[in-house]
Amino acid sequence: MSETAHLVLEDGTTFTGRAFGAEVEATGEVVFTTAMTGYQEALTDPSFAGQILMMTYPLQGNYGVSDFDIESNRVQVRGFVVRESCDMPSHWRSTGTLHEYLASAGIPAIEGIDTRALTRKIRSAGVMMGAITQEEPETAIAKLREAQRYDGTDFVSEVTAPEPFSWDDPERKQYNIAVLDLGVKHNILRILRGLGSKTTVVPSMTSAKDILALKPDGIVMSPGPGDPALLDYAVATAKELVGKVPIFGICLGHQVLARMWGAKSYKLKFGHRGANHPVRDEATGRVTITAQNHGYAIDPDGLPSELEVSHVHLNDGTCEGLRHRELPILTIQYHSEASPGPRDDRYLFERFLGLVEEVRKP
Amino acid sequence: MTDEGVADIVYIEPLTVDVVSRIIERERPDGLLPTLGGQTGLNLAVDLADAGVLDKFNVRLLGTPLEAIRKAEDRELFRQLLTDIGEPWPESEIVTSVEGAHEVVKRIGLPLVIRPAYTLGGTGGGIAKTRDELEEIVTSGLAASPISQVLLERSLLGWKEIEYEVMRDGADTCITICNMENFDPMGIHTGDSIVVAPSQTLTDKEYQMLRTASLKIIRALGIEGGCNVQLALAPRREVVDWDAPVGEGDPPYFVIEVNPRVSRSSALASKATGYPIARVAAKIAVGGRLDEIPNVVTQKTTAAFEPALDYVVVKIPRWPFDKFPLGERLLGTQMKATGEVMAIDRTFEAAIQKAVRSLEQGGRSLLWEDPVWKTEELQKVKWAATDDRLWRLMAALRRNADPLDLAKKTGVDPWFIQKLARIVAMELRLLEEQLSPELLRDAKRMGFSDEQIGVLADELPERVRQRRLEMGIKPVYKMVDTCAAEFDAATPYFYSTYEEENEAPPVEGKKALVIGSGPIRIGQGIEFDYCSVHAVWALQEAGYRALIVNSNPETVSTDFDTSDRLYFEPLDEESVRDILDNETSESDDTPPPTIVQFGGQTAINLASPLHLAGMPILGSSAEAIDMAEDRRRFEEFLAKLGIPQPPGAAVTSVEDALKTAALIDYPVLVRPSYVLGGRAMEIVQNAEELKHYAAEAAEASRGHPILIDKYLEGREIEVDAVCDGEQVLIPGIMEHIERAGVHSGDSMAVYPPINLTDVEVNAIVDYTQRIGLAMNISGLMNIQYVIVPAGEASEVYVLEVNPRSSRTVPFISKVTNVPMVRLAAQVMLGRSLDAQGYAGGLQPQQKLVAVKAPAFSMSKLSGVDTYLGPEMKSTGEAMGVDKTFVPALAKALVSAELALPPQGAVLVSIADRYKEEAEPIIKRFAEAGFRLYATEGTAAMIEGLGLPVEQVTKRLREGHPNVVDVIRDGTVDGVINIPEGRMTGTLRDGFHFRRAAAEHRIPCFTSLDTARAVVDAQLAGDQAYTIQPLSAYLN
Repeated sequence: MSETAHLVLEDGTTFTGRAFGAEVEATGEVVFTTAMTGYQEALTDPSFAGQILMMTYPLQGNYGVSDFDIESNRVQVRGFVVRESCDMPSHWRSTGTLHEYLASAGIPAIEGIDTRALTRKIRSAGVMMGAITQEEPETAIAKLREAQRYDGTDFVSEVTAPEPFSWDDPERKQYNIAVLDLGVKHNILRILRGLGSKTTVVPSMTSAKDILALKPDGIVMSPGPGDPALLDYAVATAKELVGKVPIFGICLGHQVLARMWGAKSYKLKFGHRGANHPVRDEATGRVTITAQNHGYAIDPDGLPSELEVSHVHLNDGTCEGLRHRELPILTIQYHSEASPGPRDDRYLFERFLGLVEEVRKP
Repeated sequence: MTDEGVADIVYIEPLTVDVVSRIIERERPDGLLPTLGGQTGLNLAVDLADAGVLDKFNVRLLGTPLEAIRKAEDRELFRQLLTDIGEPWPESEIVTSVEGAHEVVKRIGLPLVIRPAYTLGGTGGGIAKTRDELEEIVTSGLAASPISQVLLERSLLGWKEIEYEVMRDGADTCITICNMENFDPMGIHTGDSIVVAPSQTLTDKEYQMLRTASLKIIRALGIEGGCNVQLALAPRREVVDWDAPVGEGDPPYFVIEVNPRVSRSSALASKATGYPIARVAAKIAVGGRLDEIPNVVTQKTTAAFEPALDYVVVKIPRWPFDKFPLGERLLGTQMKATGEVMAIDRTFEAAIQKAVRSLEQGGRSLLWEDPVWKTEELQKVKWAATDDRLWRLMAALRRNADPLDLAKKTGVDPWFIQKLARIVAMELRLLEEQLSPELLRDAKRMGFSDEQIGVLADELPERVRQRRLEMGIKPVYKMVDTCAAEFDAATPYFYSTYEEENEAPPVEGKKALVIGSGPIRIGQGIEFDYCSVHAVWALQEAGYRALIVNSNPETVSTDFDTSDRLYFEPLDEESVRDILDNETSESDDTPPPTIVQFGGQTAINLASPLHLAGMPILGSSAEAIDMAEDRRRFEEFLAKLGIPQPPGAAVTSVEDALKTAALIDYPVLVRPSYVLGGRAMEIVQNAEELKHYAAEAAEASRGHPILIDKYLEGREIEVDAVCDGEQVLIPGIMEHIERAGVHSGDSMAVYPPINLTDVEVNAIVDYTQRIGLAMNISGLMNIQYVIVPAGEASEVYVLEVNPRSSRTVPFISKVTNVPMVRLAAQVMLGRSLDAQGYAGGLQPQQKLVAVKAPAFSMSKLSGVDTYLGPEMKSTGEAMGVDKTFVPALAKALVSAELALPPQGAVLVSIADRYKEEAEPIIKRFAEAGFRLYATEGTAAMIEGLGLPVEQVTKRLREGHPNVVDVIRDGTVDGVINIPEGRMTGTLRDGFHFRRAAAEHRIPCFTSLDTARAVVDAQLAGDQAYTIQPLSAYLN
């Protein structure tokens, strides 16, 4: 377990630490999140597909892993980087260690490196491709230059559900919600169910016609990984849905809707990933702390006048949400479903279901 | 804080409704900010509102609405509020009598937690497991509560204790700054718990559930500013669905307490995260919004965000049991610590080991074991929470105890115990393996000091240091930036760790390192932080970049904007040398100079090791310091100057001690050398006592000799001075009210002196000047004198010289308007007093009179004798200023909670030896209208004076009312108890009623001098105080 491993970056930077998890190699875009808790939720978040995730909080695995903390059916990251992985976790419901969990998922990880130095590197140079390897760093870097690029890859098609499925709570059911799965997190379904919805999750390639055939009261366009510019098919689907039912676009779903209205997307230098991002709701002036995980953003210039920016990121002023002046559509760039992260923005699900309710009223 | 310049107008006056009302009337402020002065400020604000003062003068309460204060502080209202917002609270009942408490037991059962309403640090509370304990704790709790109300609640022993620091602004934006997890489970006051930040064992769901609850509470209270929420989390209950309705079955957590103000925990959270909570809270209180207040750390973002940490913070309380070996060491709901240390590193193991080093308990590392544990079977060790439980856990793990079993026995989460087990495993490797570069590096990464490694690997610490430096193993310094490196921050706030990238290249330009004073403990309080901070400012004024190192999160010196660079590190040789190495640029290869004069004994003790390591020291040389602290050298030095000193010697054996004492004659004053605060110092009356003492002192003095001096029972005088090698500046002379024999830190001091003759003043000035010059002092020094009658005249003796700043420097600087620290710092940098516009000698006397009085925490430290002697016991001080002596004294007494009510009764018990001297004082108490209660012998004496007196027995088993009864039932308002001395019957007899007085929170005077001063102040009657800003008193 204490085999030496390297994390190499495409610019030649090498960090040497100890391997844990699966004894395989991985390449991916190296990103960091500043969330201090919720490593298992992050590992299973489809939005991290294609990426090697580094946690800036140094101690990970403290409370082990459990079936309660998963956000999708598998570990989604390509690799995992921490300062220290805990081998003696403590939580009554823990069923194993982080190492065991990653090993059985076939995901390599590295610990013992100066993760703060790595963060500083990424924050100043921007995200870049990297690899976790036990080979000589030079070999790995050479191979890395040949590897498939994160930016040009459609990861949505890798993470979306192969078949539709439903979450239901027959006793509390009031709404029928369709979820276009671009990489949905279970907590979106959990919250909607908690608020009295039956959710039907459909694969990302599902046509608008098939979605509307479900007779949904509302549609959620889910978060997911990668560049929204690669998702013309989803943009086309969105175009046919708009105006027919209330829509809630979250993260990648927000970006797809914005693209449909003509906005351009662009890549952020090192993304927004963490649980401490302040966002101001322009309607109330109130700031909430949000969970975020996105590497691309939307430039709201060029949006038609029926749309207004409803939420703004306090740190860099980026667009964090849109509201349609006429149609029952709201979108947000961050993760109102949290998990991991603060629950300040749960109100958005209620706001969305409020729109659904209004539309259903004859 | 009470310096001119900190605020536009500064008052140093008692914090009473009467006084503050007069200040309000005088100044007519628009608002009152009550949430930053702790419980004292909050209570005062409530009292001012109740008295109608705020309404009358149209003063707005800023920050927290009065309603919110009441809701958070009054248990009944708080419960109602929690019920209204659906937050769970532990079943409990408020009672106002012992009978009521018994009724509650019938319903909820035992054990029960007892919490008095409206008290500081939970004073008077506790956990009762039996009915007898219940009766005892409820009684003291009712007495401690100003509204005679205590809460009895279900005991949550073993639950996790978690705290959140929350902020809210007027636009209803709410954020949490930080959460903290207590290493010690529920049941131990958070001020007495080891605390980590952020939480370590909480899943995201648990973390967010408690965060959400905390935000709900601050919203419901409507606080605009900061607030601290304490919660108990069930160690084994599922938290899956955040919407689970509360009320079905037992909830997974309970809300325990809310402080509707910034608190001790806020200070810790500020230092742990880099987020300036108090500053932001103040801005919010005057209408600022979180998203408008700039984030001074990143200088890019705003205050509306939640800090992300990329390190672990460990806080360990500093308890006073090294000074109070007989104090009850069991920890509970009543806080006993006097201070705390904090350490930061990238692993828990390293952070806790650094925190232990920071405690400065005689060089004790985690390796320390109490020798008695070796003879006990560790299986039988009681795992109750005591101040040394951390070390007990380590000892048990070394003997192969099962971590899970220890977790079960202590309630400490297994995660923490497993981490301690990893430290033990590393100890074993260091014991058994060759000291390879890999092993050394791993050990350093786990926070092992060179000294610990040396002990385990059988090497000298210096050799370990050399080896690791040869191997290139040295710490790097990382920034505390509130954002886990996500943004390029500008805070000059660093901690060490053994990793790769160093973020702190040497500060450029002229610079100096100021050593801070470490945790607040008896003998080394906040006064030394005052000095350190002023030294930083003085350096900056002189064009230097000032660096500071300190380990105490409660201080101003550890505010990241105080100095040009802050190193949050232990104050030991290793970390200071590492810092100096880090500040040595490769180009010129000279370490910056260090200033050791301002951080109390902690800093001065580093003079010699730094000097030996070739590190330059600013100000008095290590040589001069040694001269003052080495008994033999000091004696020769004074003899050469012809300045008298009480006869005495330094001895290293019991035989020599007895010989010396016989020669100079009893009573003698004995103490170990090289310690601060009169630790283990005592007045010994005979050979029998001396033998006993010498045996005990061995532990405290750690190889250093024991000093024996003739005890001179005279008037004690204290002088602080600045010396530049040419001149000695004496801002003023302080006279103690208590005679020599009461530690100077426990004595009341008066400036200017009231009983000194010109001859005596001249002698003091002359000696001070000659000592300063001959000792080659550069900077500050403090000298204590005793004056004893000699025939018609008197003789002045030097008791001790401290070649450093002293406890009284802030006091004397404020009342004489001489900026001592600034002058001293400039002197050290080479600017003479003359060049700074100051002449030598005694400065002209100010017209004011100022009295410094000690403040005690005795009610919280059960088992500790409150009798004042040469061993320091006070934990703080208060100051009274006025135009004349009596009102100044009265103000000091009121502020230090030593004042008696205008009318009432006192209990008097005086040893035979002092009866005659006591007579006039007792007469004056009677004259002042006090009813007298007295023990048998004293009552006879008072009757002899023809005064009415009620006799109460001091023999507790022989009938009622006895001495303790009249204290407990509130018959008497104060106690005068003058015992004979240590180990005599009178000291033992008085213990119980001195304790009773402490627990009942009434003053107890153990020196006739104090009693005389108190009655003088009392007799002067309700003579009006002057209320005016400090500046108005000065010439």
